[in-house]
Amino acid sequence: MAETTPKGVLTTPIFKNNPIALQILGICSALAVTSSMSVSLVMTLAVIFVTAFSSMFISLIRNHIPSSIRIIVQMTIIASLVIVVDQILKAYAYEISKQLSVFVGLIITNCIVMGRAEGFAMSNTPGLSFLDGIGNGLGYGFILMVVSFIRELFGSGSVFGFTVLAPVQDGGWYVPNGLFLLPPSAFFIIGLLIWVLRTLNPEQIEENEFKMKENTQPKEAV
Amino acid sequence: MEHYLSLFIASVFVENMALAFFLGICTFIAVSKKVSSAFGLGIAVSVVLVITVPVNNLILTYLLDEGALTWTGISGAENIDLAFLGYLSYIGVIAAIVQILEMFLDKYVPVLYNALGVFLPLITVNCAILGATLFMSERSYNFGESVVYGFGSGVGWALAITALAGIREKLKYSDVPGSLQDWASPSSPWV
Repeated sequence: MAETTPKGVLTTPIFKNNPIALQILGICSALAVTSSMSVSLVMTLAVIFVTAFSSMFISLIRNHIPSSIRIIVQMTIIASLVIVVDQILKAYAYEISKQLSVFVGLIITNCIVMGRAEGFAMSNTPGLSFLDGIGNGLGYGFILMVVSFIRELFGSGSVFGFTVLAPVQDGGWYVPNGLFLLPPSAFFIIGLLIWVLRTLNPEQIEENEFKMKENTQPKEAV
Repeated sequence: MEHYLSLFIASVFVENMALAFFLGICTFIAVSKKVSSAFGLGIAVSVVLVITVPVNNLILTYLLDEGALTWTGISGAENIDLAFLGYLSYIGVIAAIVQILEMFLDKYVPVLYNALGVFLPLITVNCAILGATLFMSERSYNFGESVVYGFGSGVGWALAITALAGIREKLKYSDVPGSLQDWASPSSPWV
């Protein structure tokens, strides 16, 4: 992760160093909010906003934060930004903010926001941290949108609320697959996405924790 | 009494934090390799939950809610609504209590402190803790209910992570089932 050029910090998190697919951060909300695309889009925008500005503000004051209380300082900044997002959503997108329910508040504890604050903003300049926040927010949003596209298409036969596959209960032909509306399906889809991304970028594949000797019979291996 | 009992059962099993709402999944997956440390973390999360949810409930009822400041006697206090400060105060309380728990464990239970290592500060950012508080305020539980709910969701989370760790530990040390052994051989086309 030696990429510290402005373009590098903005683009590497999207595919090469994706926060969800490679670092497995921020899974909670990815499972919970991806059953419809419009909700995911709002969540993505909220996370990009919070990550970008929290990274920038934390980076601005990074030389003044005593390291023993840095987590609390970071949490305070992040929580204030989330309050702003929450108030805006309640004012202009009340329906969606109801659907997101506690998950707007849970952006505070989204590991991506904390991870970028602690891992990048504490040791880089405000401008770069801001771009890094946007990049990681985009990486998160990319996975969120792909997962919610698959889940909404197969789970309720629509894309962004517009019917694409006419479901049976409305006189169409498509039998909606209810499993895709349940959170575990997001687990499978994210797992498959990680598989795809690692096939495209073989350097992301993890080393085997245990290795069997060449030509070992299975009975000897145990 | 019956009401509290059903709330407890519901928060442990029906509305299990980890298994029904997928909260606290990051630590749930990362710390479930060994039963002993998973159990320790489960206990720590339960302790934090059982303290933070009622404390946050008190803060909400007596400081933040609309008209909550009436007891101070300040004129016009019944019109003050500080509910928008909720997130900030909740996370502050959680961070402080986790810090206290960390110091306590470091001094009195060093074994557990060493076993939990880096994951103890991470309880602050465990979605299950903040999630329980937010559910508490969304469903407007009273003080008694919030104690029961905090305890119940802690126990539920602890049970879930211990169970997962048990399964993972068992899988790791047991033989590949006989019918699958040829698949797992290095010379098979599947590997």
